Amino acid sequence: MADLSLRRVDKTFGDVEVIKGVDLDIASGEFVVFVGPSGCGKSTLLRLVAGLEDITAGELWIGGQLVNDEPPSRRGIAMVFQSYALYPHMTVWQNMSFGLKLQGMTRAQRDEKVKEAARILQIDHLLDRKPRQLSGGQRQRVAIGRAIVRQPRVFLFDEPLSNLDAALRVQTRIEIAKLHRAMQATMIYVTHDQVEAMTLADKIVVLNAGRVEQVGSPMDLYHRPANKFVAAFIGSPTMNFLPVEFAGSDGATLDLRLASGAIVQIAAPKGRLRGHRFTLGLRPEHLHVLSDAAPLRGEAAAVENLGGESYLYVDIGQPMPLVVKAPGDCAIRAGEPVGIGLPASKGAYLFDQQDRAVASA
Amino acid sequence: MAARANAGSALTRQRLKSAWLFLTPMLVVLALVAGWPLLRTISFSFTDAHLSNLDDSSFIGFENYVFLLQDPDWWRAVQNTIFFTVVSVSIETVLGLLIALALNAHFKGRGLLRAAVLIPWAIPTVVSAQMWRWMFNDVYGVINEIMLSTGLITEPWAWLADPQLSMAAVIAVDVWKTTPFMALLILAGLQMLPQDCYENAKIDGVHPVVVFFKVTLPLLKPAILVAVIFRTLDALRIFDLIYVMQGNKQDTMSMSIYARQQLVDFQDVGYGSAAATLLFMIIALFTVIYLYLGGIGREEKA
Repeated sequence: MADLSLRRVDKTFGDVEVIKGVDLDIASGEFVVFVGPSGCGKSTLLRLVAGLEDITAGELWIGGQLVNDEPPSRRGIAMVFQSYALYPHMTVWQNMSFGLKLQGMTRAQRDEKVKEAARILQIDHLLDRKPRQLSGGQRQRVAIGRAIVRQPRVFLFDEPLSNLDAALRVQTRIEIAKLHRAMQATMIYVTHDQVEAMTLADKIVVLNAGRVEQVGSPMDLYHRPANKFVAAFIGSPTMNFLPVEFAGSDGATLDLRLASGAIVQIAAPKGRLRGHRFTLGLRPEHLHVLSDAAPLRGEAAAVENLGGESYLYVDIGQPMPLVVKAPGDCAIRAGEPVGIGLPASKGAYLFDQQDRAVASA
Repeated sequence: MAARANAGSALTRQRLKSAWLFLTPMLVVLALVAGWPLLRTISFSFTDAHLSNLDDSSFIGFENYVFLLQDPDWWRAVQNTIFFTVVSVSIETVLGLLIALALNAHFKGRGLLRAAVLIPWAIPTVVSAQMWRWMFNDVYGVINEIMLSTGLITEPWAWLADPQLSMAAVIAVDVWKTTPFMALLILAGLQMLPQDCYENAKIDGVHPVVVFFKVTLPLLKPAILVAVIFRTLDALRIFDLIYVMQGNKQDTMSMSIYARQQLVDFQDVGYGSAAATLLFMIIALFTVIYLYLGGIGREEKA
């Protein structure tokens, strides 16, 4: 267990700057998720922490020790790769014990460690198999087991679930969370899947184009996104964005004019409003279908009924249809008119011209 | 098996038909340029055919083979060929592996160097063998000149006349010529290796030498095996290089040169064909052994 600090970390490949001045503190025992779209630099950042890439500028501290120039093996880390990185010609036992041999352990000691980790991960019956004889999920467990036996100070996961099918992904996700609780280890986890980030993280780091957009707890990011990018990235389906103009305020409420000319009213935000033009952000789950006196009206362009819930794609004369979450028994069909109710107090987000969030109510 | 079980379906029949359609030209060409000459050679080997009069020959059974197996010159050629094959292929494998590892590293101008390495292999053998013959010349050759001036030797060595040195010279030229090919085959194998395994070894702090012997070499084994088999089959029928450098000299005579000498110089087509057939059988045997070993490897993988 160790804490980590990144101080103005830069990484350039040739002329391309992939990581731009990242500052980040990770407490001992914390589960941190790096999330962002592909190409945002999240994997590179993890590889900088691992020592698989050199840091161009800035400092990396692990457990109070500056490790910029330490090789990966001296950083006290273990990494689980997206592709598992198992040695194809070795058995599971050999795979898990290969790294231990060099720490000067006897065969009996190694065997004990491997069996212990295998028991935790329920792969003790697979120790004599080769990786190709295992399913994807089993390989993933072996890769995690190999990380556990090293007893690292920091666990690094590089998109560990992206090669698994959906059902297995959910199951393994829960097991990783369990493992973190049991081991109380510092873990850094990279994913492009915001659901994994939301369910696993103590702290989410949203990255975009090599910069940290926002750091915070999952609920923080959901309720108080710092900008439009984070707002769009966290939450599924993604937030609806509508260009609006300031139309008046009475202190408690705020009137906004849509491009169509319609006026919508939301709770007045706490932050000061600068300028006249804004982007209104509305999460699908905060909108509801209203039969009469609806502030927004449109026509259902498409309806996705998932059984437990439905998603309506409502054309309100904007370039993108408005996504509205409705109950599973919603009877609206495509082509029918829909009235949409806005959230009464919370759940409306306002972003200024620079896409920064205006502190909401 | 699955294909046969489905043979009833029209689509499968259609696919089989087009497969045969595509294969036919190659099969016809192979039968004409490889199958027919091979059958002719085998049938000649049971006759007393003479180069001056091929049609007027009579069947003499295994008589050619009985003579062949009693000829010390033939056994000398077999011995030379096997010695040449084992030594040259061994050196080429080790050197090829080293060069492949070097070429696999990331450095500037790698693409250019990869291409440049192939030059010795791309030069026609007759040209490079002649070139090396001059370089090995005991009086005018550059090799002796360099070794004399650096003090490695005190008097000129007779590279092409001395029985021991001439085989060494031939092997050296073959190594120079075919190591690039070996390196390229192994390099192709190296590039297939999973990179993340190496990153994991880095994090584990495994020493690079241990990584090479415990990870790289076992994973590379199939590629190396294929390269070694290719080279072995090739080396067993070595002809042009030795013939240009040494002619029919007994010290370096290979099985192919022996067969050619009987067939062309001595005009004994029947006897020469028997030698050629035996050479074919030896190579065929190697191929069968290889296919058998390869088959076992595949079964283990399944």
